[in-house]
Amino acid sequence: MELDVVELSRLQFAMTAMYHFLFVPLTLGLSVIVAIMETVYVMTGRPIWRQMTKFWGTLFGINFVLGVATGITMEFQFGMNWSYYSHYVGDIFGAPLAIEGLMAFFLEATFVGLFFFGWDKLSKVGHLTVTWLVAIGSNFSALWILIANGWMQNPVGAVFNPETMRMEMTSFFEVMFNEVAQAKFVHTVSAGYVTASVFVLGVSAWYLLKDRHVELARRSIAVAASFGLASALSVVVLGDESGYSATHTQRMKLAAMEGMWQTHEAPASFTLVGIPDQEARETRYAVEIPWVMGLIGTRSLTREIPGIEDLVAESDRRIRSGIIAYDALMTIREQRNDTPAEIRETFEEHGGNLGYAFLLLRYVEDPRGASDELIAKAAQDTVPTVWPLFWAFRIMVGLGFGFIAVMVYFFWYASFRAHAYPRWALRAAVAIIPTPWIAAELGWFVAEYGRQPWTVDGVLPTALSVSHLSVQDVLLTLAGFVLFYTVLFVIEMGLMLKYIRKGPTQDVDVTDAWEAQHRRRLLDRGGAPLPAAAPAE
Amino acid sequence: MILYELMSYELLRVVWWLLLGVLLIGFAMTDGFDMGVGALLPFVARTDTERRVAINTVGPVWEGNQVWFILGGGAIFAAWPPLYAVSFSGFYLAMFVVLAALILRPVGFKYRSKRSSPAWRNGWDWALFVGGAVPALIFGVAVGNVLQGVPFELTPNLFARYEGAYYAKFIGLLNPFALLAGIVSLTMLVTHGAAWLSLKAEGAVAERARQIGAVTGLLTMGGYALAGLWLAFGIEGYALVGEVVTDGPSNPLYSEVERTASWLSAYGERPWIAIAPVLAFLGTGLAVRGLLSGREVSTLLWSKLGIFGAISSVGLTMFPFILPSSLDPRSSLTVWDSSSSHQTLFVMLVTTVIFMPLILAYTAWVYKVLWGKVTEAEVSENSENVY
Repeated sequence: MELDVVELSRLQFAMTAMYHFLFVPLTLGLSVIVAIMETVYVMTGRPIWRQMTKFWGTLFGINFVLGVATGITMEFQFGMNWSYYSHYVGDIFGAPLAIEGLMAFFLEATFVGLFFFGWDKLSKVGHLTVTWLVAIGSNFSALWILIANGWMQNPVGAVFNPETMRMEMTSFFEVMFNEVAQAKFVHTVSAGYVTASVFVLGVSAWYLLKDRHVELARRSIAVAASFGLASALSVVVLGDESGYSATHTQRMKLAAMEGMWQTHEAPASFTLVGIPDQEARETRYAVEIPWVMGLIGTRSLTREIPGIEDLVAESDRRIRSGIIAYDALMTIREQRNDTPAEIRETFEEHGGNLGYAFLLLRYVEDPRGASDELIAKAAQDTVPTVWPLFWAFRIMVGLGFGFIAVMVYFFWYASFRAHAYPRWALRAAVAIIPTPWIAAELGWFVAEYGRQPWTVDGVLPTALSVSHLSVQDVLLTLAGFVLFYTVLFVIEMGLMLKYIRKGPTQDVDVTDAWEAQHRRRLLDRGGAPLPAAAPAE
Repeated sequence: MILYELMSYELLRVVWWLLLGVLLIGFAMTDGFDMGVGALLPFVARTDTERRVAINTVGPVWEGNQVWFILGGGAIFAAWPPLYAVSFSGFYLAMFVVLAALILRPVGFKYRSKRSSPAWRNGWDWALFVGGAVPALIFGVAVGNVLQGVPFELTPNLFARYEGAYYAKFIGLLNPFALLAGIVSLTMLVTHGAAWLSLKAEGAVAERARQIGAVTGLLTMGGYALAGLWLAFGIEGYALVGEVVTDGPSNPLYSEVERTASWLSAYGERPWIAIAPVLAFLGTGLAVRGLLSGREVSTLLWSKLGIFGAISSVGLTMFPFILPSSLDPRSSLTVWDSSSSHQTLFVMLVTTVIFMPLILAYTAWVYKVLWGKVTEAEVSENSENVY
C-alpha cells in the first residue's frame, strides 16, 4: 500500500472511528441497563438496586467520558481530512450531524452531570427521569449518526447541482427514513445492548467466582441475561434486515461479503466457509448451503442476486454514461443560463452516473479522454477486496449466534435454577467479555470497507474526497492520535479494572442492613431461610 | 417540498448567519467559563481540596456546555458546508492541537479524582490547564487569521487548495496580529472563568479568582482596543464588487471581490454596528468593577455581555464575508455564496426552532437544581459522586 494522503487519511479515520466505537456500544447499552436498575429501585424501594445503579453508573461514567472525548474528533475530522467530501455532500450529510447535537447530544450531556451530582439534589423520581433522559439521549444520538452514515451507503433524497458542484437535498424525509439507516440504527443499538449485557454478565460472574457482592452480582446477571437475550435476538434478526436491504441498495458490498463472483440461478446457495481468491474470481473450498442466500437476500425463491462479475459489467456501463454526464456538466458550467435545453436534458439523463466518471480521475485529468482499457480498469476498481469482508462478516455472524446461546443459558439459570451457575460457565462469562467489541468493530469494518472505493456509494469516490494536505501533515496527526489514544486507553482500562476490583462502595451499610432485616422478616413469617449473602468487603 | 419557499433564500442565509453567531457566542458564554476555570486552576487553587472545589463548580455542567462546540461544528457543516470544508482543513494542525486539548479536558475532569496519588492529580491539573488555555488561545488566533484572510483558493470544481508547506500552515497562523487576537480571547475567557468562580466558589479560591480576573479583564479591554486600531490602520479589508446576488447558487466563484483600505469602512456604511464594540467594552469594564467589588451574579452577566459584544463585533465588521481568501480574493466565502441549499437551510431552521427553546429550558433547569456555592465540606462528604 502506497502511503499517500488518501490512504493515510483513511487509516486515520478508520482508527479514530473504531477507537471511538470501543466506548459507544457500552454507553448505549449500559445507560439503558442502569436506567432499568434504577427503575426497579424506585418501584420496589430496595436499596440494593440503588447500590447497583450507582456501581454500574460509576463504570458507565469512566467509559462515557472517553466516548464523548473521542466523539469530538469525529465531528471535526470530516472537515479536516475530507474537505472535498464535506463540500460535496455537506448539504445532506451535515444536517443529521447538527440535528444529533440539537436533539440528542445536548440532552444526554446536559443530564449526565445531574446523574452523578444530583443524587442528593433531586427526588427519587426526578433522578430516575434524569437517568432515562441520558439513556434516551444516547440512543437518539446513535439514530442521527446512523442516518448520516446510512446516507453514505444509500444516498437517497438528493440530486447533483451543476452550479454549486455538489449534491443537494431534495427530500429530508427520504434521508431520514432511508431504509438502510433505519435497519442500521436498530442493529447498532441492539449490538450496544448486547455489549453492555455481556459486560455486566462477565463482571458479575467474576464477583460470583470470588464470592463477593453476591446479591448485587445475581441481580445484575438477571437483568443482563434477560435484556441481553432480547437484544441478542434482535441484533441477529435486524442484522438480517440490513442484509435484505443491501440486496437492492448495496449489491456490490453484498456480493463481496458473500464471495459471490458469478450470478447464480435463484435461489442462490450460501457459502458457509471458503477461501475467496480475488485474482481467479472464485471462492475455493467453498462449503455451500443450498437456497439459504436467496432466502436471506431476496426473501423469495425466484429472484436472482447479481454476482460480482455482472456488477462490474454494470459499472462499466455506468462509467460510460458518467462520461456523457461529465461532458454535459462542463458545458453547463461554461454557459450557465445560456446552456441549450438538450444539454440539460442529457445531464438529467446521465447525471446519476457522474460519480462513476469520477472514478477515472485517478488515472486521467479529464474522464472524456479515457480509453476503453482505463474504463475497464476503473470498473474493476468498484470491487472491494473480498476476503477481509467475507471473513469479517462470518466471524461477526458467528459471534452473534454465540451471544444468543450465552444469554439463553444464563437466562435459564437465573430464572429456573436459582442462580446455581456452574463455575466453568462463570469463567466462560468472564472470558467472553471482549467478544461483543470484536463483533461490533467487525460489523463496522464490513459496512465501511465494503463501501469502497466510494465514500458515498456511487456518488463520490474515496480518492477524490480528501483535503489538500501533505503526507507529513497526516502522518504527524496520525502519530499524534495513535500515541495520545493509546495513553488514554491504558488509563481508562486501569481505572475500569480498579473500580471493578473495588466493587460497590456506596450505600453498602444501608443495603446490608435492609437485606438483613428483610431476611429476618421472612424467617419470622416461617419461610425457608434464604441463603446468606457473602459479607460485603 | 414547496414549504421551504415560505422563506426567501436571502432571509434564510441571514438567519443562519445570525445563528452561527448565536452558537459561537453560546459556546463562549458557557464552555468559555469552563475553559477559563481550567486555565485558572493552577493559580486560584493550591491545595487538593481547593482544586476539587474549583473543578466541581463546573463539574456537573461542562459536558452540556461542550455540546455548544460540537453543535457549532455540526451546524457549520449543515448550514455552511464550504466554510466547514475550507476552514478545518486549512487550519489542520491547529485543529489537531485544539482537539487534543479538548479531549484532555473531559478526561481530566472525570478521572482526576478517581485515584488519590498527588502525582496523578497534579498531572490532570496540568491537563485541565492545557485543555482550558490552549483552545481559548487558538480560537482567538483563528479569528485573527480570518480577519487577515486565509491563503486558500478554490478550483473550478470547488476543491480548496492552500498555499505553503505543511508546517507553514501552523507557524504562519501565529503572526503578530493573530497572537494579539489569541491573547484577547484567552484573557476574555479567563475573566469569564473568574466571574464564574466568584459566583460558585468561596473563600480563597473566589478571592484569588477575583484578583486575577480583574487584571485579565483590563488586559482584554486593552488588547481589544489595540486590535481595533490595528484593524483600522494595518489590515486591508475585503469588499464585494459589482451587483451582489443574494439568492443565487452557493458558488463563491460567481462573485467578484476586491481588497479595500480597511474592514472598518463597514462602520461608515452601517454606523449602528458600533454598538457591538461599545457593548464589549461596557460588559468587560463592568465585569471588572464587579470582580473588584465582590458582586457575583451581575458580574457573570456583565462578562457575558462583554463576550457577546466582542464576538458580534467581528461578525458585523466582516459581513457579508465569513472566510476571506488572501490568496485569491474571488474565492472568499460570503453569506451569499457559501450556504447550504434553500431547502436544507429551511429544514435546519425548523429543527432549531423546535429544539433550541427546549435545550435552553432544560439547561436552565439543570443550573437551577445546581444553584448555590460549591463548598469544601460538600466536596469531601460526597467524594464518591463528585469530581
